[in-house]
Amino acid sequence: MKVKLKVWRQKNRDASGEFKTYQSPELNPSMSFLEMLDVMNEQLAAGGEEPIAFDHDCREGICGTCSLVIDGKPHGPHKGVATCQTYMRSFKEGDEIVVEPFRAHPFPLVKDLVVDRKAFDRIQHAGGFISVRTGAAPDANSIPVPKEAADLAMDAAQCIGCGACVAACKNASAMLFVSAKVSHLGLLPQGQPERYRRVKAMVDQMDAEGFGNCTVTGSCEAVCPKEISLDFIARMNRDYLVALLKGDAKKPSGGGAG
Amino acid sequence: MNLLQSIWRSSLGKKYIMALTGAGLFLFVTGHMVGNLQFFLPPEAINRYGHFLKTTPEILWPARIGLLAMVALHIASAVTLSAKNKAARPQPYAGKTKDLGASVASRTMLMSGLIVLAFIIYHLLHFTAVVDSINGAGFDFDQLYEPNSGHPDIYAMIVCGFSVWYVALFYLVAVGLLCVHLGHGLAAMFQSLGLKDHVWGPRIGAFAKAASLAIFLGYASIPVSVLVFGHGKAYADVVKAGIVPDAAGAVKALKGGAK
Repeated sequence: MKVKLKVWRQKNRDASGEFKTYQSPELNPSMSFLEMLDVMNEQLAAGGEEPIAFDHDCREGICGTCSLVIDGKPHGPHKGVATCQTYMRSFKEGDEIVVEPFRAHPFPLVKDLVVDRKAFDRIQHAGGFISVRTGAAPDANSIPVPKEAADLAMDAAQCIGCGACVAACKNASAMLFVSAKVSHLGLLPQGQPERYRRVKAMVDQMDAEGFGNCTVTGSCEAVCPKEISLDFIARMNRDYLVALLKGDAKKPSGGGAG
Repeated sequence: MNLLQSIWRSSLGKKYIMALTGAGLFLFVTGHMVGNLQFFLPPEAINRYGHFLKTTPEILWPARIGLLAMVALHIASAVTLSAKNKAARPQPYAGKTKDLGASVASRTMLMSGLIVLAFIIYHLLHFTAVVDSINGAGFDFDQLYEPNSGHPDIYAMIVCGFSVWYVALFYLVAVGLLCVHLGHGLAAMFQSLGLKDHVWGPRIGAFAKAASLAIFLGYASIPVSVLVFGHGKAYADVVKAGIVPDAAGAVKALKGGAK
């Protein structure tokens, strides 16, 4: 099969970008979208043109590195699938496929289809972890976790941090990502000691990065390759409200046995 | 940092303000509708109700100030949040975009809200401040007095107000948009306050749809009954007879017919 690719080309952040249309060579319908881009790039390189820059890594839907807005939808036409697992058989012979980078102020463009998503890393650094003492591994099941809580925490932990939620949201809001990270630890006993400090720190970092706000349109949930539920945003809102009302922890008042 | 400052400065804090003021305004809209539906009782009912409110400043003014504060906070949060949302995507998508599961109501909350606001301003000038130059009826509603008590006649004012078709139409459009706004907002407010999960999500969604539709039908019933079914026309003509010369003939024709 052959398709036409209308792809965003931009040399760097400061240059102005534009769409360029390329005719693909003969493609195998079983190729993934990224493999199609690889083939396309070989053709471009052979012709002396700069290959199209795009993000990719594991190519099996678990690393969150691939991105792309394909025909107006982040990660392409399917539900619950990342770009790397979108296959050319989802398109028709002769289709014109429009490919753009994720667009959001906190995701500055690097080149062509590559954007810098380090804002997500900084949100994670602000609180998306638990502090544990090192030492011998604890006995299995020494901390009881209800099955329901484990399942729900796992649903949240599925988030691969790709940023499709931001790309799809009309407000470029990162709340689905942040809520998944907040909930995944907040649902487990190991996450309880820092539960409220975590949500406060992560939401404040999200605001500082310049993401927009949730208006509950549900676009994020609709495009999420891991189908993270909007309910996690409600959970984050609830935890943040409690955190605001609790205020900061009391500072230690000197002394002690140290 | 103090609590109020942290609420105002954070994105989620402003969403709490949106939700709480939205909830307050929804309760007002519901109460206001129930009060208005007295229009379908004999004229004395709504006139007595209006007279009670107007002569009870200790209820009226706190309510007015509270409503104004809620409206101001709701709008201030909406405008500042929306400015941040725009700033979060300075370069829009160049290609065609899709709605991606977002309903029309959810994408147009600011616009529907602003049109409803424009309507509220008109509505206050029309029926509360009783500015006669904007009512389209050609006479001053302040001149309408209930024949028995001599109190301002709200019933007749509603009939005369909605007998002007374009006023009634604006009213219908505004309550229609309010219904759209609430259809999304009523569900979203629970989401913003974190009072939603997989169990309550569908219930809240159903409540939002039912309540916004009920609000629309309740409000729309009044201008429709006046304009389409002529509800209260005979009574209003009698009240109007004293101030509008051409209404006198209508009264004569109806004499003995109306109670």
